[in-house]
Amino acid sequence: MKILNRVAAAITAVACLSVGGAIAQSQAPLVVGSTLSLTGPLSATAMTHKLVGEIYVDQLNARGGLLGRKVEWMVKDDQSKPDLARTLYEQLITSDKVDLLIGPYGTGTILSAMGVAQRYNKVIVNHTLGIPSLSKYEMAFPSWSLGSDPGNTVPNTLFDAVAASPKPPKTVAIVTSKFPSIHFMSLGAREVAKKRGLQEVLFLEWDFGNRDFGPIAARIKDVKPDMIWVGDIALEGNMLLDAMKKIDYVPPIHFHTYPAPGPMSKSPDGNLALSMSIFEEHAPFTNNKVASDFIQIYHERATKANMPDIAVEVQAAASYAAWQILEAGVRGANSFDDKAIAAWIRKNRVNTIYGQVRFDGLGNFGDDMMKVKQVQNGKWLMVWPAQFAAPGAKLQVR
Amino acid sequence: MNFPSFNLLSQAILSGIFMGGLYGLIGLGLGLTWGLLRQINLSHFGLVFVSAYLSYHMATVWHIDPLLTLLILPPVFFLFGVGMQAVMSRFVISPFNSLLVTFGLTVIMESAIQFIWTADFRRLETHYNDQKFTLGSLFIPVPELITLVLAIVLSFSVWAAMRYTDLGKAMRAMAEDGPIAVAFGINEKYISRVLAGFCAAMAAVAGVCLALTFTLTPSQIFSWVGVVFAAVMLGGLGSPLGPLFAGILIGVSEAVTMVVTAPSWAPIVSFSLLIVMLLLRPGKF
Repeated sequence: MKILNRVAAAITAVACLSVGGAIAQSQAPLVVGSTLSLTGPLSATAMTHKLVGEIYVDQLNARGGLLGRKVEWMVKDDQSKPDLARTLYEQLITSDKVDLLIGPYGTGTILSAMGVAQRYNKVIVNHTLGIPSLSKYEMAFPSWSLGSDPGNTVPNTLFDAVAASPKPPKTVAIVTSKFPSIHFMSLGAREVAKKRGLQEVLFLEWDFGNRDFGPIAARIKDVKPDMIWVGDIALEGNMLLDAMKKIDYVPPIHFHTYPAPGPMSKSPDGNLALSMSIFEEHAPFTNNKVASDFIQIYHERATKANMPDIAVEVQAAASYAAWQILEAGVRGANSFDDKAIAAWIRKNRVNTIYGQVRFDGLGNFGDDMMKVKQVQNGKWLMVWPAQFAAPGAKLQVR
Repeated sequence: MNFPSFNLLSQAILSGIFMGGLYGLIGLGLGLTWGLLRQINLSHFGLVFVSAYLSYHMATVWHIDPLLTLLILPPVFFLFGVGMQAVMSRFVISPFNSLLVTFGLTVIMESAIQFIWTADFRRLETHYNDQKFTLGSLFIPVPELITLVLAIVLSFSVWAAMRYTDLGKAMRAMAEDGPIAVAFGINEKYISRVLAGFCAAMAAVAGVCLALTFTLTPSQIFSWVGVVFAAVMLGGLGSPLGPLFAGILIGVSEAVTMVVTAPSWAPIVSFSLLIVMLLLRPGKF
């Protein structure tokens, strides 16, 4: 009997230890790993993504974390280098043993991270992949819903918008950087313009990193187009507008693919610049409480972080949506298993800060949710389609 | 290939001259350190950007006229250059090793800029931005004109100083044959520190001009390296006038390429010119 009692006590002790261990394990934080381009040529927007991630993780933990586990975010600097991003994601999975992944934000680094995620069967939600046709991994999900054929849909949305303006353009100059995620869209704009009967009066390409925009500005002025499609990224648009101002030329309508939002809206030359967006910080987007709360916190923290531009727009919204998609996937699957999360995301729609998104199209891209925004009085305002326009805002032309 | 109008071509050439002036101004200090001190000083680009950010800061936060920062920054940078040379001369550093050391310094400077001013874009908005005048049908922007004038004045002043002053002659003698120059009583340590300080001061001037004409972001430091190196090598190492003339040649060639063919061909021009020069004058490098 004594022996039986001792065995029972030992079994009970082992069981208690196991349960205790399991409880302790369930309380271990869930680590989400990612890289951001904190340094290097893409670093200008890194602070936005970093700040958004920190805000989201704080909010998530305030809500009790994910499936009962506190969430920690491990972020490494990929220095804007796709090869380094590949190494760091490998490190996050094999050495740091993170539980989940979230993607970086530049097309090159996203594709590198995607390759590693594929090798280890990890689900990855990325922020701003610009070339949907390159997204070949079935467990990679874009948070930036620009549709699966932006080379066609983005120019069409833009030309619809300007066609409805008080001065519909008849001629267009298409000038573009050869930056990969922009160039294909500018080539698409050429095709779309042709189909719509817009006369192309100039087509120019420059290499990413071009410094002297004077001759390009002079060539645009020479042909006097009704509208300019500028396939630009970061500061290129500002530099082109600056060069135009120096030769006393102001374009009637000018569209920019990926301008640096702060410098473009703050520069007097940027007034009436058009661009594409999924989210701007005004109604109807701010009618959503999650969005309005986020904007308030973002403003506070961005001010504290000494960021020159504290507005929430495309990059911040896409970044926030990436975390929302990952959270929805985990909660929907009720599991941290990557395959279960991916299966749930692919089958369901997710409510994000900028609307409901789906992932069942080419490269897991869903609806084209791109809209047209314009700088008016130093602020980006959505102007097209009309139902998403800022209260009282309309597309303005010179 | 397009045949541009006379006005378009003239405006493009003017734009190329202005751009070349900036290449020359950045290349002035770099070429002197390379040719006379035998140091390939990559941190020169870092100093240019530190100066650009400081002038941006002084103008936007302390409301100092950007041109007045030209009176403040060069002396400060001179002292920094002297200090840096004191450290460099403490160790015997070969030209190749100086490239590695100064590359490291540049990365540190980039990180420091990013820490203080963040990686976001910074634009120095001043009343100079809108100032321009016309000459016939040509538009002449004032910030670019200031840069060009400074580049010309400084390059010719340095050329004259090196040709006609004792200090300049001593610098040339030291570059020609250091031990012999020392044997003739030239204080090598003093001369090299003055020269390094002067080159750092030139970086400060170039930085102010850069802030006047370009939007700043820390990662752009390295985007200037290739073309300025080309200007310095084309112009001749240690030559005060060479980088200016070569810079203008490159700037104009790029600008003409942009209006005659596609702008994407422009970067090929500077490096093609450099390759041709290396093939024709191999002994000069």
